Amino acid sequence: MAHETHTHVRSQTEYEYIRRQRSKEMRGQLTSFAIMIFLTLIAFTAVAADFSPYLITPIILLLAAVQVVLQLYGFMHMSNKGHGMVAFFMFSGMFVAFITILALVTIVWW
Amino acid sequence: MSSIAQKKGFGAAMWDYLTTVDHKKIAHLYLASGGIFFLIGGIEAMLIRIQLMKAGNDFLSAGTYNEVLTMHGTTMIFLAAMPILLAFMNAIMPLQIGARDVAFPFLNSLGFWLFFFGGVFLNLSWFLGGAPDAGWTNYASLAIASEGHGIDFYALGLTISGFGTLISGINFLVTIINMRAPGMTYMRMPLFTWTTFVASALILLAFPPLTVGVFFMVFDRMFGANFFDVTMGGNTIIWEHLFWIFGHPEVYILILPAFGIFSEIFAIFSRKRLFGYTALVFATILIGFYGFMVWAHHMFTVGLGPTANAVFALATMIIAVPTGVKIFNWLLTIWGGSISFTTPMMYAIGFIPSFVAGGVTGVMQAIAPLDYQLHDSYFIVAHFHYVIVGGVVLAILAATHLYWPKMFGTMLSEKLGKVTFWLFFIGFHLTFFIQHFLGLMGMPRRVYTFGADQGWDLFNAISSVGALFMALGVIILLVNIVMTSIKNERVSNDPWGDGRTLEWAIASPPPFYNFAQTPLVRGLDTFWIEKMEGNKEGMVYAEPLEEIHMPNGSFVPVVMSFGLFVASFGALYNMDGDKGWTIPVIIIGLVITFGSMLFRSLKDDLGFHISKEELLRDVKGGKSDGLK
Repeated sequence: MAHETHTHVRSQTEYEYIRRQRSKEMRGQLTSFAIMIFLTLIAFTAVAADFSPYLITPIILLLAAVQVVLQLYGFMHMSNKGHGMVAFFMFSGMFVAFITILALVTIVWW
Repeated sequence: MSSIAQKKGFGAAMWDYLTTVDHKKIAHLYLASGGIFFLIGGIEAMLIRIQLMKAGNDFLSAGTYNEVLTMHGTTMIFLAAMPILLAFMNAIMPLQIGARDVAFPFLNSLGFWLFFFGGVFLNLSWFLGGAPDAGWTNYASLAIASEGHGIDFYALGLTISGFGTLISGINFLVTIINMRAPGMTYMRMPLFTWTTFVASALILLAFPPLTVGVFFMVFDRMFGANFFDVTMGGNTIIWEHLFWIFGHPEVYILILPAFGIFSEIFAIFSRKRLFGYTALVFATILIGFYGFMVWAHHMFTVGLGPTANAVFALATMIIAVPTGVKIFNWLLTIWGGSISFTTPMMYAIGFIPSFVAGGVTGVMQAIAPLDYQLHDSYFIVAHFHYVIVGGVVLAILAATHLYWPKMFGTMLSEKLGKVTFWLFFIGFHLTFFIQHFLGLMGMPRRVYTFGADQGWDLFNAISSVGALFMALGVIILLVNIVMTSIKNERVSNDPWGDGRTLEWAIASPPPFYNFAQTPLVRGLDTFWIEKMEGNKEGMVYAEPLEEIHMPNGSFVPVVMSFGLFVASFGALYNMDGDKGWTIPVIIIGLVITFGSMLFRSLKDDLGFHISKEELLRDVKGGKSDGLK
């Protein structure tokens, strides 16, 4: 409610702390961005170099998994505070989906 | 918004319920409509038992029998057991964690009305050309070949009510994660809240596969898709997988809240802290996880191969471990307690041997080679009725007696409650225990009759007599409810005298804003701690008395759900291909739904405030009923 709104004035120390945090975060984002570009390059190179599909497929799947983790933690702030429950539910969901697909692939379509 | 209780006319009360977003009133709605569907499902069960009373009976024709057994299963699982459990979750869980309401009151109401219209749609099939007749599992080979619109009623009805359940599940998850009172850490949450939490997570993860399966089914029947048609390169087994990937977690969605209810009852009426609270919590989570890894044990005889069968058999047997942990913890809670044999406690005591019997036959069926003998026999029927009736229904009846005062402010008669218990309990064992032996003697499930020379006459007759006892028990419960409501003797906040958790600290029924001040939680069994320390008020407060922000009621959820209900009729009859009105009806229905969504999005509804003066007046006046 309007009459309960407080205006908070930041102190110099607070301001510097937030500034430091943000630049650290930015550095993290740029680093993971660079890593992701590099991983994509590896994937493209592997295909362009015409390696055996038995080598390329696992490499690309592995890189994809790394990319997902980087995406979630680097860009989507899952490493920040208060995301424990979200992470738990996401990984539970992934786990259940993985088990299901694994079972269907092995016993229905294989 | 006057806070002075006033008598309202029938129309006003009806409008109040149609527009309510209050979790306690939505609980009433769930309980009433779930109860009505429970009675319908019960009547269907009685028809089944009358038909099977003697050899060669012709009470129901073969086709009608298939419809009755399908609707019995579908109604009992989707429209009776789940909504009634949702009723108790709605009524009690926000109080147990000291919350003002659920996280999304509007969605709570929407979830109920979607379930309601889905259920009504499904049951209208009786009057519109025949009910679904492929069993509650609706196996694709049968369902695709089924004539008439029964299966379409099943698929569309379950889609609508499934949306409702999914919405409720997400709502409860958000509520429990975000709205616990200060001090209510995860490991201080009452067991019923914990089981609500895990069951909601299971709803979140298990309903999407069902939706996918049902969509495939609708596409196969409506648009001539061939997901399940083997002759066109489809695979009929996919339905079984999708259904059971949903279906096995579904039975845990039912049984976990039942476990939660019994955990509360054991602690209250043994007047002891729950033994092994931590173990019970982790067993609950573990059961939730295992629930997703065992679905193929319903399909051992499909021919998945020995490796798959062995893996799923082992995974299934592992579930007996956390369940056993729970059983022993309950026994140890009772042990050494000062037990009072109230009606809920009698249900709880009766539950242990009944459910263990169901669990033991479950482990027998988990042995894949033995399952080849038991599959599709009455042994299976006996097993799942032992876990569902012996577990879930006993919990529902127990919770009805336990939480009736909290929900309605009056106490159900203990004497009639015990009569109900004995009739129901004896009837239940009489009906289903003997069915194990019918199964072992070779009687297959889902047959509409049997021959006099097969030697199943006596056992089937006994089983039918048992069903009569159960029906009598339910009728006496209804009499009890009517008598209690007429007498209308109001009770205080802790009518059982031994309440342990926060819901017993608040008036029965609670005021519509719940706790005037958010309580501070100082440990497990919050209310008990305060009582033992001589705190007359039963709670300490985490905040000063401030004005409360409340959401306004809304009629929009009813309209939204009604739009889908209308559109489903268009979709259903569109399959005939010779009716011109079907497409307009689909469009009208969807316009109603999306129009009301647009209305909801564009119109600002900021709710209202209850002033401090009103709250103070309520506190002084000792106002204790939930009327606005």
